[in-house]
Amino acid sequence: MRVEDFDMFATLLKQRSGLVLTKDKAYLLESRLMPVARKWNMKGLDELASTVRTRKDEALLRDITEAMTTNESSFFRDQKPFDQFKQIVLPRLLETRAAKRSIRIWSAACSSGQEAYSLSMLLNEDAAKVAGWRIEIVGTDISAEMVERSKSGIYTQFEVQRGLPIQMLVKHFKQQGDKWQIGPNLRQMVSFKEWNLLGDLGGLGQFDVVFCRNVLIYFDQPTKTKVLEAIARQMPPDGVLYLGGAETVLGITDRFKPVDGQRGLYTLSSGPGFNTAGARAAAF
Amino acid sequence: MKSCLVVDDSRVVRKVARKILEELSFACTEAEDGRQAMEACARAMPDAILLDWNMPVMTGIEFLRRLRKMSGGDAPKVVFCTTENDLAHIQEALSAGANEYIMKPFDSDIIQTKFQQIGLL
Repeated sequence: MRVEDFDMFATLLKQRSGLVLTKDKAYLLESRLMPVARKWNMKGLDELASTVRTRKDEALLRDITEAMTTNESSFFRDQKPFDQFKQIVLPRLLETRAAKRSIRIWSAACSSGQEAYSLSMLLNEDAAKVAGWRIEIVGTDISAEMVERSKSGIYTQFEVQRGLPIQMLVKHFKQQGDKWQIGPNLRQMVSFKEWNLLGDLGGLGQFDVVFCRNVLIYFDQPTKTKVLEAIARQMPPDGVLYLGGAETVLGITDRFKPVDGQRGLYTLSSGPGFNTAGARAAAF
Repeated sequence: MKSCLVVDDSRVVRKVARKILEELSFACTEAEDGRQAMEACARAMPDAILLDWNMPVMTGIEFLRRLRKMSGGDAPKVVFCTTENDLAHIQEALSAGANEYIMKPFDSDIIQTKFQQIGLL
């Protein structure tokens, strides 16, 4: 690929998705954009690049962005955050939201929906405790294709073996030929929306818990700050944020602070922090 | 070091699985069918068993039922690894005492996460 074409695609992706594409990712650009070129009946990436330059076709630009921003995912990815959710985050919510009896959880940049559905499975295990509560899990992704896939709840044999214990597969999924579909009672807890994290997040409403794991790693510093501060505005003072294991708020924003001894978990700096009586009781 | 018995009638599958398990620091032994696996377990119970379903002489499910009745046979964690990929087979395996279930084809990620989930890693 020519340098000027690479730069053009990199600029386009940065503008539309915040994705920062470094030169060492040229191979990724080529392998992901070839199928887009084929879909649009183009001979190759040269033609794709010149088409983007001369004709700003929204559908084409969208296809290019989606091809570059879809990432692999698995159920219960990294496991630990989900143990944390079950052991300390959910008990605290059950206590602090007892009057309202409502919990809203956001899976930001949800890809094909595994994180959102993993949370629905955990909440289902505690069904007795949340009976009569309004539980809402919202997954958002920049990719329309990923949002559609997430909504369907249909996964390949390969995907249902990534992180999903066999007991949970048997309990929650129905087999459809060589695919598996998550059951309707879990699907009704979860909704999916096409949403750009760089856009206005106001329309999404407030979330008690936000999962934004392994998303910031694709952004440059100013974009990370912008996204984290926008997320902070969608959280109540005692809301919690999950970041990926390799991510930090240090030097990016002072709106969040880490929760002591709970890797990957953050609260708002201006809020009451995490140490409610319930959380202390659960910790001891 | 934990031990794993790899039971499969395909030499190629045993070789691939063995390589993955050895990278996860398991000491591996192999068996070609259920009968050979019974003999291996009578000599020494492994910590884990990766088990194919369809094999000559004795199938994986028959081996599992016999294993769970043997003295000390409730100890090994048994992970099925088979082309049988329907719900009925999975349920039959679980009720016979399997701890996890892998539908072929598999890769090292799948083996690793399944072994983690049942506490072997």
